[in-house]
Amino acid sequence: MNIQIKKFYYGDIPEENTGGTGNTEKSSGELSWPLWEVFIRSKQGLDHKHAGSLRAADAQMAVENARDVYTRRQEGVSIWVVESKHVHASNPDDAEMFYEPASDKIYRHPTFYDLPDELKHM
Amino acid sequence: MSVIDLEKAFQDKIDAEIKIEPKDWMPEAYRKTNLRQISQHAHSEIVGMLPEGNWISRAPSLKRKAILIAKVQDEAGHGLYLYSAAETLGTSRDQMVEDLNSGKAKYSSIFNYPTLTWADMGAVGWLVDGAAILNQVMLCRTSYGPYARAMVRICKEESFHQRQGFESLLVLSKGTQAQRDMCQDAINRWWWPSLMMFGPKDSESTNSDQSIKWKIKRKTNDELRQQFVDMIVEQVKLLGMTLPDPNLKWNEERKHYDFGEINWEEFWNVVKGNGPCNKQRLAARNKAHDEGAWVRAAALAYAEKRKNRLKTKAA
Repeated sequence: MNIQIKKFYYGDIPEENTGGTGNTEKSSGELSWPLWEVFIRSKQGLDHKHAGSLRAADAQMAVENARDVYTRRQEGVSIWVVESKHVHASNPDDAEMFYEPASDKIYRHPTFYDLPDELKHM
Repeated sequence: MSVIDLEKAFQDKIDAEIKIEPKDWMPEAYRKTNLRQISQHAHSEIVGMLPEGNWISRAPSLKRKAILIAKVQDEAGHGLYLYSAAETLGTSRDQMVEDLNSGKAKYSSIFNYPTLTWADMGAVGWLVDGAAILNQVMLCRTSYGPYARAMVRICKEESFHQRQGFESLLVLSKGTQAQRDMCQDAINRWWWPSLMMFGPKDSESTNSDQSIKWKIKRKTNDELRQQFVDMIVEQVKLLGMTLPDPNLKWNEERKHYDFGEINWEEFWNVVKGNGPCNKQRLAARNKAHDEGAWVRAAALAYAEKRKNRLKTKAA
């Protein structure tokens, strides 16, 4: 599909001949810091939850940057960082094959069972 | 599936308010528009630190200085959230920074205006951040998941920016005659550029409303601008100040305020790089980036050294 969006919306200034930057080559030849995923536990007793990502040279710097970027207002009590290249994900194209088998097994849900109203504490 | 089927499935998802995530199929134009918009937004946060950074060392009190530092730090954070969201579309932060520094990428024109007095800090917070917030609140519901999540985070923090700005002007508005004059002068200078932030009039654009159809945007420039005018006209009364537009008038029929014509020639001039501070802003960004090169290289070298030391120990 080759639609060029040139309409000038607030927050989106059209550029000549381009829809942004698709290319990841760096012309200066400078090496990039790796990308890290950040997970934050907002308080004791809760899971670490994905908060976002950032660039850092190593794990220690990633934790420190995550502190500065994602917990400026006491959003967390614990931080995990994982280099993004180590995250393996399921493929959205396989979603049907992957998750569909669960949808016809309604007997896995408590509401599947019809029980008398007199039955208490269940 | 053929491309036409994929496009239909994609549009059906958008229509059903299902968010698009990075690994999902998306039309190339959707990817590019998001990439351009998110990276421009990120650049705006980064360049937006400059006009305010100008006043950190000159803030009138320790309290105002601390507030200003916190605000500028937030903006660095917002830039990072947005660069991360843009990276999910297949570019790198380094590439985006390079595009900003070379002048290839755009950022919001408002930051090409100078901050001449302390009252400008208040006016920027109240008017500029106020205008940005209307856009950002709308974008919390944008169709691209990572962008929407970044916006939710940003909106939570942005409200402090606008409130501190208004409060700072409120203090000036109750001060000496000189302080009140400074307050009014800042409002006079920032009012029109703030209205320009919303972009050209809807009637100026002849192209399709693809961004609205894809729910990247949910309101047009004029809708957002009107919302802003209606809001600010009421707020300025609390300051006992005026807005520099003789045509501002309540329109009973429309149930909105009418307002005067924006100077579009000035608008296009600033977009094209001829605003008061375009060159200065880019020069400042390039200087900071170039002078930081050795820090980035040293951090990588140190990380490498530590990795090797660990390897040697293990062996």
